Amino acid sequence: MSGKPRLTYLNGRGRMEPVRWLLAAAGVEFEEVFLQTKEQYEKLIKDGLLLFQQVPLVEIDGMKMVQTRAILSYIAGKYNLYGKDLKERALIDMYVEGITDLMQMILMFPFSPPDAKEKNLDSIKERATNRYFPVFEKVLKQHGQDFLVGNKFSWADVQLIEAILAVEEKFPAVLSGFPQLQAFKTKMSNMPTIKKFLQPGSPRKPPPDDHYVETVLKVFKK
Amino acid sequence: MSGKPKLYYFNGRGKMESIRWLLAAAGVEFEEEFLETREQYEKLLQGGSLLFQQVPMVEIDGMRMVQTRAILSYIAAKYNLYGKDLKERALIDMYVGGTDDLMGFILMFPFLSAEDKEKQRAFIVQKATSRYFPAYEKVLKDHGQDFLVGNSFSWADVHLLEAILMVEEKKSDVLSGFPQLQAFKARISSIPTVKKFLEPGSQRKPVPDDKYVETVRRVLRMYYDVKAN
Repeated sequence: MSGKPRLTYLNGRGRMEPVRWLLAAAGVEFEEVFLQTKEQYEKLIKDGLLLFQQVPLVEIDGMKMVQTRAILSYIAGKYNLYGKDLKERALIDMYVEGITDLMQMILMFPFSPPDAKEKNLDSIKERATNRYFPVFEKVLKQHGQDFLVGNKFSWADVQLIEAILAVEEKFPAVLSGFPQLQAFKTKMSNMPTIKKFLQPGSPRKPPPDDHYVETVLKVFKK
Repeated sequence: MSGKPKLYYFNGRGKMESIRWLLAAAGVEFEEEFLETREQYEKLLQGGSLLFQQVPMVEIDGMRMVQTRAILSYIAAKYNLYGKDLKERALIDMYVGGTDDLMGFILMFPFLSAEDKEKQRAFIVQKATSRYFPAYEKVLKDHGQDFLVGNSFSWADVHLLEAILMVEEKKSDVLSGFPQLQAFKARISSIPTVKKFLEPGSQRKPVPDDKYVETVRRVLRMYYDVKAN
């Protein structure tokens, strides 16, 4: 056993991508097991590895962790990316939860029925530009610091840069009204661990394509 | 200002109920402001109190907290219901994640059509009995302790009791295959703060009815159809 965290999921972003981002940002190397068949998934369940019969699964520090939020909180806590006290943690949690709501829309998008795709795409843009990005633009403007919380790099910053890039993949000019976020994006992208993660050959996964959608349906279909 | 936490939400369960449960279990008194009109909601929005334009919102310790999970985590940590170290917190977070998913299926229930309600009721019971309850039954059986994590009362216990009672409202004998959970339910219900919350006259809210649904739709202008799982 290598001692590195081991991630079990499909070979694609889905709910595991924020975990890959956070581990990478923390400079933590990890291994991955990719689910490609229903049989592999059923074996995981049969072997009792999945507390609620679901992935993501992250084997870390002797635990078989499931539930994305729990996994991310543990990693953030372990690698000092969770603020210095309860109140900073509260801010980080609020920001992360808001960003997660936006990312959820992007997560579900590839599975939209064809006649709903355009509407859902519009909703993503509307929410990003009217609800979520303005909040973080204002936070950064008000304290004038490089990072969202406590003048220190945290889980919230990693979550935000991931979301910005994901929305930009759909709407390349989406940051045009948000100068603070543009500067934030540049700063975060240049941090050594993140820069490395953004380079080709890293564990970062590409945007979901039809093959990914097909695999999800095949592995998890009843 | 009283210094007590103040909860802003509709006069009903929704996403705020888990927060009421946790504050009550921790023995913390709280105030509530109920949203009844669109104007009240717009006033909150214009006043800048709602970070992402949404409720629940809880004023606590000088903060205007939003996002249910963030609020619950803060309360759990503040009142020592979050385990003694990172690993216990990880377990609590995992367990709460499960009960949150289960209660999520029930959250949308009042907004469904009559036909979809029947389908959803069956779905809730199926998930509870084949996915969630077996997991917690096993945890309790394996360690033989009174509480889910670290032999100490935590957020995970409060959340599980809340979920059990909610599923029982949909099928009263749903715990029949789960002796550990039956004992757990009895034990946690008899903890003084929890017992008090379960008595009439507490701030616990009843099963949502049509009036509740109407209020939510009106205040949020949420008129689209909600689909079953």
